[in-house]
Amino acid sequence: MNDTGFHLLGRLTIDALPFYSWVAAGGAMVTVLGGLGAIAFVTWFGLWKPLWRDWMTSLDHKRIGVMYIVLALIMLLRGFVDAIMMRVQQAMALNSEGYLPADHFEQIFSSHGTIMIFFMAMPFLAGLLNIALPLQIGARDVAFPLLNSISFYLSAAGAGLVLISLVLGKFSTAGWSGYPPYSGLEYSPGVGVDYWIWAILISGVGSTLSAINFTVTIMCKRAPGMKPMRMPIFTWTALCSSILMLFAFPALTVAVGLLGMDRTFGSHFFTNDSGGNVMNYMNLFWIWGHPEVYILILPAFGIFSEVAATFSSKKIFGYRSLVYATMVIAVLSFTVWLHHFFTMGSSPNVNAFFGIMTMIIAVPTGVKVFNWIFTMYGGRVRYETPMLWTLGFMMMFVLGGISGVLLAIPPVNYMTHNTTFLVAHFHNMIIPGVLFGYLAGYMYWFPKVFGFRLDHKWGVRAFWFWIIGFILAFMPLYATGLMGMPRRMAHYFDPELQPMLILALVGAVLILAGILCLAIQLWVSVKKREELADTTGDPWDGRTLEWSISSPPPAYNFARIPEVYDRDPFTEWKLAGRKPDKSDYSDISVPENSMLGVYLGAVAFAFGFSMVWQIWWLAVLCGLAIIGGLIVRSFVFDHEILIPAETVALADQSAGAGPVEGSQPA
Amino acid sequence: MSSEATNNSAEIFSHHEDEVQLGFWLFLMSDAVLFGLLFATYAIMAGNIAEGPTGTEIFDLFNLSLQTALLLVSTLTIAIASRHAMLGNTKGAMFWLLASCVLGAGFIALELNELGGLVLAGNGPGRSGFLSAFFTLVSMHGLHVSAGIIWGVTLVLQLSREGVSSRLLSRIMRLTYFWHFLDIVWIGVYSTIYLPWIMA
Repeated sequence: MNDTGFHLLGRLTIDALPFYSWVAAGGAMVTVLGGLGAIAFVTWFGLWKPLWRDWMTSLDHKRIGVMYIVLALIMLLRGFVDAIMMRVQQAMALNSEGYLPADHFEQIFSSHGTIMIFFMAMPFLAGLLNIALPLQIGARDVAFPLLNSISFYLSAAGAGLVLISLVLGKFSTAGWSGYPPYSGLEYSPGVGVDYWIWAILISGVGSTLSAINFTVTIMCKRAPGMKPMRMPIFTWTALCSSILMLFAFPALTVAVGLLGMDRTFGSHFFTNDSGGNVMNYMNLFWIWGHPEVYILILPAFGIFSEVAATFSSKKIFGYRSLVYATMVIAVLSFTVWLHHFFTMGSSPNVNAFFGIMTMIIAVPTGVKVFNWIFTMYGGRVRYETPMLWTLGFMMMFVLGGISGVLLAIPPVNYMTHNTTFLVAHFHNMIIPGVLFGYLAGYMYWFPKVFGFRLDHKWGVRAFWFWIIGFILAFMPLYATGLMGMPRRMAHYFDPELQPMLILALVGAVLILAGILCLAIQLWVSVKKREELADTTGDPWDGRTLEWSISSPPPAYNFARIPEVYDRDPFTEWKLAGRKPDKSDYSDISVPENSMLGVYLGAVAFAFGFSMVWQIWWLAVLCGLAIIGGLIVRSFVFDHEILIPAETVALADQSAGAGPVEGSQPA
Repeated sequence: MSSEATNNSAEIFSHHEDEVQLGFWLFLMSDAVLFGLLFATYAIMAGNIAEGPTGTEIFDLFNLSLQTALLLVSTLTIAIASRHAMLGNTKGAMFWLLASCVLGAGFIALELNELGGLVLAGNGPGRSGFLSAFFTLVSMHGLHVSAGIIWGVTLVLQLSREGVSSRLLSRIMRLTYFWHFLDIVWIGVYSTIYLPWIMA
């Protein structure tokens, strides 16, 4: 690093190739072959042109949403491979090295957490928001369609950096939270932490831009008559989550950016010597990190609310209380960050404050659980797959919440800090809370996007494998944590732990079966798409605006912008027997495709890569290419495609029966 | 699908510009949080001198006053530019925008001179926690000003091509907000970083 000579490729040399262990080499192989396989597939079937035209350069929010979810599912697979590798290692590493060198094990738990939070959950969230949000509020698109595409490609660029770290160089070994001083230059001199930093910084820009986009969309693009207190709960949670992103992500940018300063320019923010302040990193990181939990889970709560109301055929119970609970959670989420490091040694009063705030934030969350239960009470509950995820969530999440309140007590926290009890707790929140929620959303809105439902049978199987696998994988970790097992342990000498860890491995294998079921479900459903077709646009007897249009919706979503007089507007129309007005159309303009997103994503990826390897000339070049691209674009006038009224009328009148009274649930 | 390009009606256009303005305000709020955290970081590291110099030893009141004067005048000139743009006066808007950019560039030149001098004297960001925090906060502000200058010059070019149009007016307004925002940040830098050391 202190070489004075000029290196064309910076730190990048032939040593970067992963021949240090057969597992790492195998992982690199799979990554490269997967990429080549995808390229070969697209080339073989001659799909480049439609892929480029209909998807990659599209500014249609539904298509961008689908691309986000595809990215999320690919990264889910990668993150899960990491997870099951850790389970295998820990199941066999009693009094032995296991099959993974400790250094490699550390890379795996670091990339698992990083991928699951930043490149699985965040894209999944952005995808669901993209798909459902404009449809729910009766809008034709998000406020800034081009910005939306740019956000997606920045997320993809970050994910790309994590993936390529498997092939060139190593990934961080500092855990997903990258605590200094270990993640500093002194203890982690390689490129791993830099990969982690640049992946996060680049995708963080994308998240901030998405947050602006969604907030403006909800504020400005609602259908006439949709006052705030008439917005669907999912829209409310999306709003709170977007505002949280807006205020929380700068903290991540600062924390990780300053760490990058330390590593690249030798500054002393988080070093042990020369006046660094290590604890400042923990504060900054968790000022983002705790709101992040709610950024992810609030929209999932929104999905559960929509699903519970729809499949109980009832209005959501206590709409106002749900809205207020969401807002209270959003505000309080900024007041609890210190509970991530009670052992830092703050004064007892500081710890007591954050402990109490943490217990308080459980109250609005508890309110929501009662909302969902009372929504089901007296309703006719239909056990479609989205409802199964919701029910599973309610059972499991309460358990995780209880362990959370336990951890909120500082003295208890001292005993369980950094043990697998904590690992069990946050997986208990995030898997049932976030992931089950997103999977419920995926199965709930799938027919809206593609025009056919997902197969029920395989969905049920996936659910049962997931939930039983989850219980088996994580309940033992509560026990091992209380037995004193630290998290992130590559091997151990206590034979009492092994049975529990083998049980956890069995759970992971069941989750693998659950993932396979999800894949089979998709395959089977595509095969049976005629049979599963949704011709009415309203497969679930839905209550909100997105179900009032055809599946899949036209590019402009709504042929006529609906007027809203109540909550659950579509249910009101169905009850009133209102026939949709099929006359009086006007021209609609939709945004033209743009390749700016692809361009910026590609350049941002190259920029991140060159910063990681300190290839300075390339970094400067990429910086100029980004600025130049933005300047050139600013000279261009926004082009829109005009769809004439006759075309709209023709499409709308031929699209199914539209909203008809008494439409049958599937 | 017809691929015929179209001009939106003026009403829809202005509605969209409202959305853009709101989006920009949200961005500024997010940016304000970023600066706020950098200020907080500076505040807790200001005393971490280690073996390095204190601020009293390295800060120069003359340079600081000149920088501040340039930036404060530029915030006046950009306000004049936006006024001209609102009145539809293309030439006036171009002149005052350019003037603001020149003043901003002067500010950046002085800043580079100051920071460069510190690095050459061995007091770079790697010297102490205090200097790390100082360099980062000041350069972050400087980067923002530089972005504003590039943005301003681009706008001058665009004004020369199409005159004050509704989209350019909207951009000039946003640049003005951005510029004023950076001025406020500078006042924070001036009064929480430089002044306490210089007065000490």
